[in-house]
Amino acid sequence: MTTEKISEKRINGAQAVIKSLEMEGVEVIFGYPGGAILPVYDPLIDTPIRHILVRHEQGAGHMAEGYAHATGKPGVCMVTSGPAATNVVTALADAYLDSVPMVCITGQVALPNIGTDAFQEVDTTGITRSITKHNYLVTKAEDIPRIIHEAFHIATTGRPGPVLVDIPKSIVAANNPDAHFDWYYPDTIDLPGYNPEFEINVEQINQAVEMLLEAERPVLYVGGGVLKARAAEVLLELAELGDIPVVTTLMARGAFPDSHELCLGMPGMHGNYTAITAIQKSDLLIAMGSRFDDRVTGKVDAFAPEAKVVHVDIDPAEHGKIRAPELAIAGDCNDVMKAIVAKIVSDSAKFADHTAWRDTIRGWQERYPLVYEQSEEGEYLKPQFVIEQIAQSCPADTIVTAGVGQHQMWASQFWKFDHPYTWINSGGLGTMGFSIPAAIGAKAAMPDRMVWAIDGDGCFQMTAQELITAAVDKIPVKVALINNAYLGMVRQWQELFYDERYSEVHFGYDVPDYVKWSESMGCAAFKVDKIDDVRSTIDKANAINDRPVVIDFRCLSSEKVYPMVVAGGPNDDVIVHPSQAEEN
Amino acid sequence: MSGINRSLQTIAALVENRAGVLARVSDLFARRGYNIHSLTVAPTPDPAFSRITIVVNVDSAPLEQVVKQLFKLVNVVEIEELIHEAAYERELLIAVVNVATNKPELMSLITNLNGNVLTDSDSQLAFSVEANPSQINQLEKQLEGFDIISQQRSGRIAAPKIGVTVPKTTAKA
Repeated sequence: MTTEKISEKRINGAQAVIKSLEMEGVEVIFGYPGGAILPVYDPLIDTPIRHILVRHEQGAGHMAEGYAHATGKPGVCMVTSGPAATNVVTALADAYLDSVPMVCITGQVALPNIGTDAFQEVDTTGITRSITKHNYLVTKAEDIPRIIHEAFHIATTGRPGPVLVDIPKSIVAANNPDAHFDWYYPDTIDLPGYNPEFEINVEQINQAVEMLLEAERPVLYVGGGVLKARAAEVLLELAELGDIPVVTTLMARGAFPDSHELCLGMPGMHGNYTAITAIQKSDLLIAMGSRFDDRVTGKVDAFAPEAKVVHVDIDPAEHGKIRAPELAIAGDCNDVMKAIVAKIVSDSAKFADHTAWRDTIRGWQERYPLVYEQSEEGEYLKPQFVIEQIAQSCPADTIVTAGVGQHQMWASQFWKFDHPYTWINSGGLGTMGFSIPAAIGAKAAMPDRMVWAIDGDGCFQMTAQELITAAVDKIPVKVALINNAYLGMVRQWQELFYDERYSEVHFGYDVPDYVKWSESMGCAAFKVDKIDDVRSTIDKANAINDRPVVIDFRCLSSEKVYPMVVAGGPNDDVIVHPSQAEEN
Repeated sequence: MSGINRSLQTIAALVENRAGVLARVSDLFARRGYNIHSLTVAPTPDPAFSRITIVVNVDSAPLEQVVKQLFKLVNVVEIEELIHEAAYERELLIAVVNVATNKPELMSLITNLNGNVLTDSDSQLAFSVEANPSQINQLEKQLEGFDIISQQRSGRIAAPKIGVTVPKTTAKA
């Protein structure tokens, strides 16, 4: 390894950790100190890197994710050993399933104590092996710069993901002579088994273009990989060039503007009728950075039965994992789409006529738009109405995060996303409590942008304490609490599939008192239960910029998410909103 | 050749010789539900690398998926797919057997496979046999009638036959 000598200065392991993070351009660390990581928190005082002190280690992980989603840069979190490491496990798993670039530094007990069941010792690398892209247990202080450099490289290249670096206390202890070494920082990477670069294969591009030109009913099935590749621009170019309708999965909302006439919205279990049905009837599915998740495909054997599949993904293991493609292209979505567009343009190639296809699609859109019925006089609010009102009163580049459940689906459906990197949610793992810490991470990254967390009452009670972090650290996020007094999605399933036997899903509206609780955490807080107060309270919240805001929107418990495809059922059987079903 | 079990396929992974690599590999197989039939690991002549030879039951998952998921591990440098016809496959069996009048019968089994007698006492025979896996399977069946004190097999190792190019996934430039 060639190394760049910064100076001949001796440095200890703890200083090396911080200096390495500086070398990687880290601006913010989300973290929580404790026994084993204590030595690293000492040199932290002297660094320009901002540290945000969270209230629970899971929050640190989700904040790092929110930061990464919004910026495309790796999020960094740092916690101690044992229970801190296990608390961050949920966030690591979340980042792994949603391919979020993240570096997590954990403290570990001193090297000689490893394996003795020492205080706050767990096998952190063992526990996180299957939920990280890679992980390290550092055993020598002089390895710290190399390993941190590798960790950032692995987290951010190829298919991004979380990398964990577990550092025993003894090798960062300032009083351990073995923990001192001559500072260096590597300028190369030596990972013989890791090569995330894919060269464009001209044959494959030509074949993809040929299939695109022939298709009569093509659909671009766009997933989170398009956002990871920062490929929204070329996606727009390709869709317009070929007059190809686009569906954006839950992980890709905003990758293609919802207001564009080619945009069909979200497919899947709670996607809209047109997006689901266009895939079902398509003759060519161009899967772009999407992975045929079961929430998108429903019953796999019945998914897009007439379609040939071109599958573009930077992770070749996704090819054929669920659906065998006619053409598999391993590569970065941005590079591949650029090559496809270049080929089409240079050949002045002509696409098949899609007029009939577009007309058919327009028919579905007119017949089955996303709808809800406004609540009656004296009733609580409709969540869809609340979300629409927030969307309409915010700047177009507002960042929206969501927890998991009904409110997440309504946010994805009823917020109109016209900008990439404005929608941040937990898709793969489905982590309740994601929205508040993720919003804080995004707002820390982009203080000039408005950031709203759309949250449910179940989710809020899991991670609300991070609002203290937001208040103390002056990160003024806004929280729309869709309070329907229930674990709404579970309630919906119990209503539809368990004979309305509501088992352990009732939370109630009033305990806790969300306004008092939020105020006690340093937030401005409001309660809204009338339609007429919705817009004015949102405007009030939008005008507050010196602290977080929470609005407790009292919503109807009985409201359900439509459309719906039953889990494991065929996507031909879309349950539409009851008001539309009658027309059938 | 008779006795080949097509459900069992051999892959050989060149991995970095680092702590925890074997755990990463076996964890991956467990988590993705891939069945390991046998697994052997030893350093290569270059001590920076080890070779892990895995016999996987492809009824549990297509070999292509197994290879692609395994290759995602950062420490895995190269994977060779060694189908039966393309590879030399070898396995070692060591046994200690109580013998009496049946000793000549056992000796002929050992000799037929060019095995080695390790210890020959009046009442006991220790021996080793190195052969291809289906021959070892057959030998195990033939030993069933004997009074066996201990019997172990090594698991399979394999290498591409001379003049045969096997499918290879590699991170090498």
